[in-house]
Amino acid sequence: MPENCIYIARSSAIAARALAGEMMVMNSADSTFFTLNEVATAIFQAADGRTPLRDIVRDQVCEQFDVDPDEAHADAEQFVAELSSHGILLVSSQPLSSEAP
Amino acid sequence: MSLMSEVGQKAFNLGVPIAVHMDVTYRCNERCVHCYLDHDDHGEMTTAEIKEVLDQLAEAGVFFLTFSGGEVFLRRDFFEIVEHARRLMFNVKIKTNAVMIHEKEARRIRALGVDTIQISVYSHRPEVHDAITKLPHSFERTIKAIRFLREQGLRVTIANVLMTVNSSDHSGVQELAAELGVQYTLDPTITPMMDGDTSVLSLRIPGEELPEIFHNPALVGSQEEFCAPPKPPSEEDLEGYSCSAGHSFCYISPYGDVFPCVQFPLPTGNIRQRKFLDIWNFSPEMKEVRSIQAKDLTVCSSCSHVTSCTRCPGLAYVEGSMRGPSTADCEKSFYRTGVPTENMLRQGLSKPRAISGTTAPLIQIRPIAVPA
Repeated sequence: MPENCIYIARSSAIAARALAGEMMVMNSADSTFFTLNEVATAIFQAADGRTPLRDIVRDQVCEQFDVDPDEAHADAEQFVAELSSHGILLVSSQPLSSEAP
Repeated sequence: MSLMSEVGQKAFNLGVPIAVHMDVTYRCNERCVHCYLDHDDHGEMTTAEIKEVLDQLAEAGVFFLTFSGGEVFLRRDFFEIVEHARRLMFNVKIKTNAVMIHEKEARRIRALGVDTIQISVYSHRPEVHDAITKLPHSFERTIKAIRFLREQGLRVTIANVLMTVNSSDHSGVQELAAELGVQYTLDPTITPMMDGDTSVLSLRIPGEELPEIFHNPALVGSQEEFCAPPKPPSEEDLEGYSCSAGHSFCYISPYGDVFPCVQFPLPTGNIRQRKFLDIWNFSPEMKEVRSIQAKDLTVCSSCSHVTSCTRCPGLAYVEGSMRGPSTADCEKSFYRTGVPTENMLRQGLSKPRAISGTTAPLIQIRPIAVPA
């Protein structure tokens, strides 16, 4: 397992639904509202707390959207950091359980 | 346009039911003088049925889900229903009188990630509020509940229905909302009862008193904008639609009946008999509702207010035609701007006829008979 392995899980405080391929996400704690593009939606949907981000990017992004792995991983880390700062995603160096309400 | 509006427009254009209002019961522990509901249980959906409906709504793309009633907390399974809804990742709002919410319930609501709780408060004066709800000490219990919810950091909105018996109390309720740290919303709409009884309409604020509300910046924001005379409609305006009812919004009763809106008592099907998406996509009634453009409106298409009026197709339907005018909204447009509506001009009226007493027709939401 890589040293910088990170795991992501969806917070229990959020609401989410796909609309025409894009994910709507809202955090009830502060009413922040996002729409995620197709690539971000793929990462968000795979955020089960058990699959390392690197594997998610490899399986859900690189394979399906034909993008460079290093570039995709850097973009994914930036996206994860932003959603994490809004409490949408939980990030850990250890596996997480996706929070059930 | 805000991101939220963009998403709403996208759902509207795609015909996705992005928002649903679901009444889980019509039973209530209050007996509000203006309430339009029949509080007897005529066969509410079971816990399992509601969960199945929620599964179907999630599949249909519903994002915003409002649970209301009746009093939702009279259902012993209400938290189980909300828990299921949140597991399906709906954005959940709850409308309640809150008298059954204590510290424990507030904590549970917080833990479930409920977005907003809307609570009815009729007056800042306990005796007036209690006289409207006919439940002694309801004001005290409701305000205590709001404090519990606020202590949990939850977003609360006070809904202040205005009628003749509390028409002078809106500023007091606004001040109370500010003191409690919650939002305030005002609603002057009173509708006939489910059984067709129109006596409650006598509680409607007389039209002559509406200008005072419409010209109060504390209630309507920018008065210049809100009360501006209507602009002539463009061709594009006339291609437009009334509201989201049946386009991206619908209402589901405790008996599983699906309507275009909570204020639009046109039955379109029952989810005990048909899948939700089947009703949403293929019900002839839903299709008819979503086919109506501004240019199709029998009177309003030639009204100067057509682009700015709050015309409710549901209230128009209750008056006799979903393509006709809604007199209550004609009244609001006139008292907001001082400009007569086409509906008034055709009747030779210089000011709206008073809407009260027994003038509304006997059509309201009622259960559809479901074969055993």
